[in-house]
Amino acid sequence: MKLIPCPINGLRPVGEFVYGGEVRPMPDPNAVDDDTWASYVFNRTGAPGVKQEWWCHSPSNTWFIVERNTLTDEIMQSYLYDEMRTI
Amino acid sequence: MPLRLLKFAFSREYPETRMFRQPDRLQSSYDAVIIGGGGHGLAAAYYLARDYGMTHVAVLEKGYLGGGNTGRNTTIIRSNYLTPEGVKFYNESMRLWQDLSQDFDLNLFYSNRGHFTLAHTDAAVRTMRWRAEVNKHYGIASELVDPETIQKACPLMDLTCAGHAPVLGALYHAPGSIARHDAVAWGYGRGADRRGVEIHQQTEVLGITVRSGKVTGVETNRGSISTSRVLCAVAGFTPRILRLVGLRSPLYIHPLQAMVSEPMKPWLDPIIVSGSLHVYVSQTARGELVMGASLDPYELHATRSTLEFAEGLAAHMLDLFPCLSHVKVVRQWAGIADMTPDFAPIMGKTPISGFYLDAGWGTWGFKATPVSGKTMAYTIAHDRPHPLIESFALSRFANYELVGEKGAASVGH
Repeated sequence: MKLIPCPINGLRPVGEFVYGGEVRPMPDPNAVDDDTWASYVFNRTGAPGVKQEWWCHSPSNTWFIVERNTLTDEIMQSYLYDEMRTI
Repeated sequence: MPLRLLKFAFSREYPETRMFRQPDRLQSSYDAVIIGGGGHGLAAAYYLARDYGMTHVAVLEKGYLGGGNTGRNTTIIRSNYLTPEGVKFYNESMRLWQDLSQDFDLNLFYSNRGHFTLAHTDAAVRTMRWRAEVNKHYGIASELVDPETIQKACPLMDLTCAGHAPVLGALYHAPGSIARHDAVAWGYGRGADRRGVEIHQQTEVLGITVRSGKVTGVETNRGSISTSRVLCAVAGFTPRILRLVGLRSPLYIHPLQAMVSEPMKPWLDPIIVSGSLHVYVSQTARGELVMGASLDPYELHATRSTLEFAEGLAAHMLDLFPCLSHVKVVRQWAGIADMTPDFAPIMGKTPISGFYLDAGWGTWGFKATPVSGKTMAYTIAHDRPHPLIESFALSRFANYELVGEKGAASVGH
């Protein structure tokens, strides 16, 4: 069974988590043109790689960031949003 | 056809030749290059050669022919979708499926079973009535049926679902069918090959050359090719190919798993789908139950199997069919599904001239194999999208013109 490291609750089984998708910084909707906004709304980084993702430990409702390789399913590290790092 | 089988009985050696040639080298140029030797890519090659006389075409396949999602789906064919665009498109596919075995002179084991989509809630009944009306409007056999009709067609089903979520009715689609999926790839491959198309397996695309907005060539692990037309038909690998040409798309990749039981005597004639229980199941000619469920819950570009999936699917199967409690699961596998936000494919032209896309096939690609091949061949030959796929263009997202096929995805994702 796959285990996900929650920064608050430690290693827990994947069934306790909800996947929230890749972390995507939102552009200022008043400052960008329609194409940039549509690209933010719909487009995704579909190709595999190490990505920063939102995950939620649902019993404790803890949202946090996981750095994961989406090709190998290997988790590099996880941390709370306040400790956001760049990869 | 049956008389031809006699030579198999009397011949000392296998009497058929190979299904297709294995060209030993790539030519330096082709009129068109198709990336992806699955059902969709081979179908496009077949219709390009047969209907438009374009035979100087190469199909490049990274692995082996039909080894991707073409050989990993659960083989269900139906056209009872929700949107007019979807219904018209899949209905044309249904029409093509009917005589494909004759067309190929190859037995696809196309088997018309009837297709029940079970409704366990009032909301689901409402959606099914909506779907039935849209379907009927376009001349497709589709109707809402009551629990007695379902029980009659499938006596072993527990309609109370152990009391959790009783079945209130179903959308019945009489043309619903199954077919032998790998033979579809072989049939299209052989048909294309006999007309002069080259199929290159073990050939991976490493780069696509684009000069002033136009495709000029393809780099592979076996050398470079110059061409002005490239079709990308690689399902779950689409974002990687798009990265080569610098295009972005809404595609997101999740694995979709399936499994098969040991063979049994025939007892399940129709195809049964339950959106609430996340189950779809049919019994093959060999007697095995082919079962599938919803997507894996997070992005992954790998075809690994999980125990969570097998457990969850088995539990829901037992809700519907408690009689299966002693039946064994013999195989489990996964495909890599390229999902779109509106559950409709992305087909047609792209901002790069000569680069055509046949993608976003998520969990609904097998049934569309013939029509996607036919419409993409038209699109490549005329350099303009076929009328049936105009609303599936990549540009629909930037224009906020989504198709909204979600209600008809066979299980909730």
